[in-house]
Amino acid sequence: MDIKRVENIVANYNRDKTRLMDMLIDIQTEAGYIPAGAIPVIAKQTDTSQAYVEQTVSFYHFFRREPSGKYTVFLNSSVVANMMGRDKVARTFEEEAGCKFGEVTEDGLIGLFDTACIGMSDQEPAALINGKVFTRLTPFRVREIIRNMKKGNSLDELSTSGYGGGKNASELIRAEVRNNVQRQGPVMENDYTPGTVLREKLKHFSPDEVIWEIKLSEIRGRGGAGFPTGLKWEFCRRARGEKKYIFCNADEGEPGTFKDRVLLTEYPELMFEGMTLAAYAVGASEGILYIRYEYKYLENYLKHVLEKMRQQNLLGKNIAGKEGFDFDIRIQYGAGAYVCGEESALLESAEGKRGEPRFKPPFPVEKGYLGYPTVINNVETLCTAVKIMQFGSEWYRSLGTQESRGTKILSISGDCRYPGIYEMEWGYSVNDILDMAGAYDVQAVQVGGPSGSLIGPDEFDRIICYSDLATGGSFIIFNNTRDILKDVVMNFMEFFIEESCGSCVPCRNIPWLLKQKLEKILQGHGVWKDIEDMEEWAGMMRINRCGLGQTAANPVVSSLKNFRALYEEKIQKGKRFDEGFNLEKAVIESCEAVGRTPLI
Amino acid sequence: MKEFVTITIDDQEIKARPGEYIVDAARRNGIYIPTLCNMSGVKPAGSCRICTVNVNGRLMTSCTTPVAEGMEIETISQEIADFRKTVVELLLIEGNHFCPSCEKSGNCELQALGYRFEVMVPRFPYQFPKRDIDASNPKLIKDHNRCVLCKRCIRTILDEEGHHIFAFRYRGHQLQITIDPEYGMNMTDELAQKAAKNCPVGALLYRGKHGFEIPIGKRKYDKEPIGSDIEKLKKVKIS
Ligand SMILES: Cc1cc2nc3c(=O)[nH]c(=O)nc-3n(C[C@H](O)[C@H](O)[C@H](O)COP(=O)(O)O)c2cc1C
Ligand code: SF4
Ligand code: SF4
Ligand code: FES
Ligand code: FES
Repeated sequence: MDIKRVENIVANYNRDKTRLMDMLIDIQTEAGYIPAGAIPVIAKQTDTSQAYVEQTVSFYHFFRREPSGKYTVFLNSSVVANMMGRDKVARTFEEEAGCKFGEVTEDGLIGLFDTACIGMSDQEPAALINGKVFTRLTPFRVREIIRNMKKGNSLDELSTSGYGGGKNASELIRAEVRNNVQRQGPVMENDYTPGTVLREKLKHFSPDEVIWEIKLSEIRGRGGAGFPTGLKWEFCRRARGEKKYIFCNADEGEPGTFKDRVLLTEYPELMFEGMTLAAYAVGASEGILYIRYEYKYLENYLKHVLEKMRQQNLLGKNIAGKEGFDFDIRIQYGAGAYVCGEESALLESAEGKRGEPRFKPPFPVEKGYLGYPTVINNVETLCTAVKIMQFGSEWYRSLGTQESRGTKILSISGDCRYPGIYEMEWGYSVNDILDMAGAYDVQAVQVGGPSGSLIGPDEFDRIICYSDLATGGSFIIFNNTRDILKDVVMNFMEFFIEESCGSCVPCRNIPWLLKQKLEKILQGHGVWKDIEDMEEWAGMMRINRCGLGQTAANPVVSSLKNFRALYEEKIQKGKRFDEGFNLEKAVIESCEAVGRTPLI
Repeated sequence: MKEFVTITIDDQEIKARPGEYIVDAARRNGIYIPTLCNMSGVKPAGSCRICTVNVNGRLMTSCTTPVAEGMEIETISQEIADFRKTVVELLLIEGNHFCPSCEKSGNCELQALGYRFEVMVPRFPYQFPKRDIDASNPKLIKDHNRCVLCKRCIRTILDEEGHHIFAFRYRGHQLQITIDPEYGMNMTDELAQKAAKNCPVGALLYRGKHGFEIPIGKRKYDKEPIGSDIEKLKKVKIS
């Protein structure tokens, strides 16, 4: 990529350093990597320094520093991918391509890389190839794909398994992704005409009345933290600022979650309408959909939907005939960083920086994007808000339980007959859900993703709701054949080590140390003291700044609590400490290897 | 706006200035809360976590949390003491800190915190990571072995036009400090000295001067433990 082109791209964003992410994403998409020569150019043009640009570039997984293949394969390495046969698929990729993961073939044709959960847990193993999603991979299909790569085929031609259902098959998406909607509820009902609430309800509701209605419904945020949505909107409405912003958080990075992907595919109008409703309520003029890079395959489609909504006067000026109500939305991509789902890291990222969470206070509703009051809501929260306005808070309150109103969309994956999306009223037990998804011989369930909790059969009567098992929706099922410590806990710890922003001392170090302990125990060297240490050390994670660090030891904590026997089975009995090295055994082994008789 | 707010720190009632951070209010009243990444008068980073205290029952960093009327703050407890010690221990095992051969010894805040919180042997295993010393800059030596990633250099060392000279690279366990190749090369002596001075440890050393001009044994924290200057304020007040 020549300097002129880089300058053009930077100029497309008015040389504004807060749009650094967009510039880098354009360069990455066009060149396949961020050429070293581009960095000084960007620094000059945006009046920053190379170190500053490099700081952003080096933070994100999908910004490559070297050419990464004409076809760049990112194969998911999440727990569920492994359970569904990733290992065989990965080995086939390596054999057929002729290089290892983390490498590029000598001719520069194919690059193979790992990546964290790409939001396809109901159709694993899955990979992103030049941004296009390939799901339900098998060795046979991998051979086919690589063959086609070697022929130089287009991405569309690589895909041989047909398109997935619903909008996935539409001209603008053309992805083999499946929706797997197993159970619909009021949020995902199909009979909604987009724009109805904006057109019909805003006539009768002032912004304060919208907030009041949302408050009455008692809906809480669906992104995981569960903050009351009405209150959030009210804080932002009251905050003083020249401008206000509405963000939709579609980062969906928690392994095992994929419901936002389905909402974005099938109900984007509803989500954009939710953003517009929030804008009306708080008095915002601009909206940003922050969406993970993994979902970039939806780009053309989402742009098209926005354009259509502008034409229908559901975005733009005097929306739905409401004099003076102006609002528009743009799309901001991430570039591979789970922590950017944390709302303040998301803002940093959207401002072109490394995704390091901010300290709070101040909260985003006071000082958010570019310092302006900002509401950040999850995709599902925004979709639900529209339905609340349509049918009323009273209706909504009749669903779910006393303190957990309404429905929750669960992303169910792992060992079950019917993985996919389930919209359920709050209040079902884990047992109910297992029965619904067709899961038998269940050893454990991970509720709420790696940052949530791992529970065993004696707790399957617990209830999915805010006061018992709260969840952002990830629900991963493990049957009795799975090795909980090796396959699950270890994978989750590696995930957090990879995804920490690195700012806080405990978050940067303790998961790493816990992993070392776990390795020791798995290798049979562990002693009682190791288990005690792990418990004690995990407790130090409470002082971390953000939710990632505060929960990153949870895989260890909850497996120690609920599957303690698995640890105790593996440690050396009756030993206070581990000698680390058994000289006698080592001598015997080495003698065997060289064919001598040991003297001891 | 009110002239002051009343807060309680460890059962002691204190008048604090509205908007000031807990750590500063405590300091003015002779209460020492340990800090490492923080620098008075500079926008806080809140990254080392050593200044964590209990605010109305929640753990908060005192360098980032502004005071509010009626706040009840606890800084003395077994739990808080353990957090402080843990942070120091983690930093010691994370890098390579061979104090006897370090030019900052005696002026090093990490070392001083280690003494103050009685770190004898860290409870965590030393990691002995392989890290580089970067001597490519004409004015500064950057020793990754000693960097505690406090961001002080990032936050305080900017050129006249506001360009960042220092920045982070990578994330998580890989995190490290970089110096901008262009602005770093053209750094003024004054700025380079300021960087070395602001660095709490021996990770940034100024090349233009002998490091051992003041002998070890006669340096800042050789004379009295870190925090004593703050605690003296209190003694003065009482007498
Ligand atoms: C590490 C981390 C990752 C997160 N990822 C997401 C995410 O992908 N999507 C999301 O909506 N919220 C995520 N959250 C929660 C957000 O910080 C925030 O609470 C949420 O977006 C607010 O929206 P809500 O109130 O509608 O739930 C994450 C939080 C943390 C700590
Ligand atoms: S807890 Fe971890 S991810 Fe969160 S801010 Fe601290 S270092 Fe970054
Ligand atoms: S070089 Fe010094 S000032 Fe900069 S982050 Fe490292 S320890 Fe802090
Ligand atoms: S001094 Fe407060 S977090 Fe470092
Ligand atoms: S003595 Fe602390 S870094 Fe050198």
